[in-house]
Amino acid sequence: MSHFFTAAVLTATVAAAIQLATPFLLAALGETMGQRSGVVNLGVDGIMLLGAFGAYYAAAKTGSLVAATAVGLGIGLVMGLVTAFVSVTLKAEQGISGIGVFLFGLGLTDVLLLKLFPSPVTIPALPAVRIPLLHRIPGLGTMFFSQNWLVYLAFLLVPALTWVLNHTTYGMKIRAVGENPAAADTVGVSVARIRYSTVILGCALAGLAGATLLMFIGIFQEDLTNSEGFIAVALVYFGAWRPVGVMAGSLLYGLVAAVVVSWKTLGIIPTSASDIASMAPAVLTVLALLLVARRFRQPAALGKPYERGG
Amino acid sequence: MRRLRSVGILPSVDPAGRRDFLLSWFALPTAAVLSVLLGGVLMLAFGANPITGYHALLTGAFGGSYALTSTAVKAVPLLLVGAGICIAFRANMLNIGGEGQIAMGGLAGTATALALPGLPAVVLIPLVLLAGAVGGGVWGAIPGAFKAYFNVNEILSTIMLNLVAVQFMNYLLSGPMVAHSGYAVGGLIPQTQLLPRSSWLPTLIPGTQLHLGVLIAVLLAVAVYVLLWHTSLGFRIRAVGLSREASSYAGMSVKSTMTLAMTLAGALAGIAGAMLVIGSISHRMVTDGTLTGFTGNAGFNGIVVALFAGLSPLWTILTAFLFGGLLVGGTSMQVVTGVPSDLVTAFNGVVVVLVVSVEYLRRRARARAKAAGTVGPAARGAPASEEKGVPA
Repeated sequence: MSHFFTAAVLTATVAAAIQLATPFLLAALGETMGQRSGVVNLGVDGIMLLGAFGAYYAAAKTGSLVAATAVGLGIGLVMGLVTAFVSVTLKAEQGISGIGVFLFGLGLTDVLLLKLFPSPVTIPALPAVRIPLLHRIPGLGTMFFSQNWLVYLAFLLVPALTWVLNHTTYGMKIRAVGENPAAADTVGVSVARIRYSTVILGCALAGLAGATLLMFIGIFQEDLTNSEGFIAVALVYFGAWRPVGVMAGSLLYGLVAAVVVSWKTLGIIPTSASDIASMAPAVLTVLALLLVARRFRQPAALGKPYERGG
Repeated sequence: MRRLRSVGILPSVDPAGRRDFLLSWFALPTAAVLSVLLGGVLMLAFGANPITGYHALLTGAFGGSYALTSTAVKAVPLLLVGAGICIAFRANMLNIGGEGQIAMGGLAGTATALALPGLPAVVLIPLVLLAGAVGGGVWGAIPGAFKAYFNVNEILSTIMLNLVAVQFMNYLLSGPMVAHSGYAVGGLIPQTQLLPRSSWLPTLIPGTQLHLGVLIAVLLAVAVYVLLWHTSLGFRIRAVGLSREASSYAGMSVKSTMTLAMTLAGALAGIAGAMLVIGSISHRMVTDGTLTGFTGNAGFNGIVVALFAGLSPLWTILTAFLFGGLLVGGTSMQVVTGVPSDLVTAFNGVVVVLVVSVEYLRRRARARAKAAGTVGPAARGAPASEEKGVPA
């Protein structure tokens, strides 16, 4: 245990936690926008897989991580359009259609991986972007200011989306549509248009989250996300539908995962108990859901398709 | 006759019901045709001839007695999970935890078989299946109770419990339950010992894989039908699914019913898990580190099967057989066309999206037809004819 409480290990663990939290954060922030407008998207995991695979393909073919990011984002956009059409226009049961999207992403990426990558291809590593001056602060510099640009982007989205939700007309419309779509409709807000926009934004962020995860890992493998997309949805509940809460949840999740990895490497957790220790993040999520379920109220129209006069 | 009507097998006689009937009968086939077309497009995209592909798939799945029996065996976990999904979804509990429940049932069943090797088959097999039901049932009861009593979203808790179950399975199969005989490059193979012969599911037709589990699964699906439409518990489950408030107002114990529905769904998945071990060719539990490696994705495919059957356990028998064929035939398709059989998973995803999408058209038609009368609550994924199942 004493090996763990050294400055070097602690800073490395926190830095790793922030990186692990980033894909969760991106996906969960996107899901937050959709849910605030009343749409549950459970296909996040499938969209992350598709985005990750697209990013892998782009990076392997062009060697450009910018192209990889763009492709991940683009696939997210397209899937967002599909998801919005199914959830908003066709008014499908959102919990189940999301599972369909998940299965589609899971199966299709497996097929594509086998067909297009008979042998693994390496892609360039994401470079760290050191923030001038700040990265020189001992400890904090390593933890917070020597990350890659996707990490900064994800964390900058937190105040940005908070502002959008709370201080813009668009944000007010999102909340109105999520709480009382009939009322929003009577004052001339297009429920469908608002929901389309939030769902597409959410899915684009899910695609980006997949691309981010891929670039962190450096290679695509079957079921790359390992349910991270579902965990991201859980983090939205945990974060009480607020970007800051979602960030706290993502960081907590990342920290638990990073500590487990660190303790395994240091031998604090014996190899025989390694699988048991790996349960920690999932068990934590269930307990967290249990704690917050009664405390916070979800958007009143969450998961309910809107029908005029219905 | 009235009973057949009440489950939507026969149309009701009023005109509104006829329209409803037509839609409910054409919406699903439309979805099926669209899925097949999309599957063909996917095959084309991979440079394969869809006709060759589908021919290989159908022959592999249904061409001859060997194919048919393989399909029937493959359908067993789909049918059991699907029948459980019928119960859970009817209670408006979206159980996505089939994968974990199958694994927990498999582990409980395996442990039982290994612990009691001396028992005769007549006693041991039922015990193993019971243990499977308990293992899966517990794994369904937890998210059920969390939802009922603490309002924890069951979709998320079941997914999380899947993640816990896979780690638990890997821990047990590489630690406490590992066989100290199978060595591989990295050490012991993560698998249990060979199970005692008395726990093996007997084969029904010699020379094929067709085992007793097929019969048990069909009987259990019929039992689920009886439970849902001919017992007071089934009535409570469906009533709670339609409206928790109204059921509570009518004096029903809503929370315990919700928990029980999830427990039953988990138990059926758990039995599937036990059968996957004692009905397997290797007759031991093996892990490749993933849930899918053990379950074959039956936890999710069971949802597809139940939805396609309109959440009717009897129709689930048919759809499970069809989708079992899809899985068996997918392998043949891979051999002939070179398109990986994982395409079936993607195909299933498309089916789910299409089925829930056409559901809206059915609902809308029903709402129009009943504009003057009662408004049917749109239960999740439930077929258009569901209210007729509730006695007046």
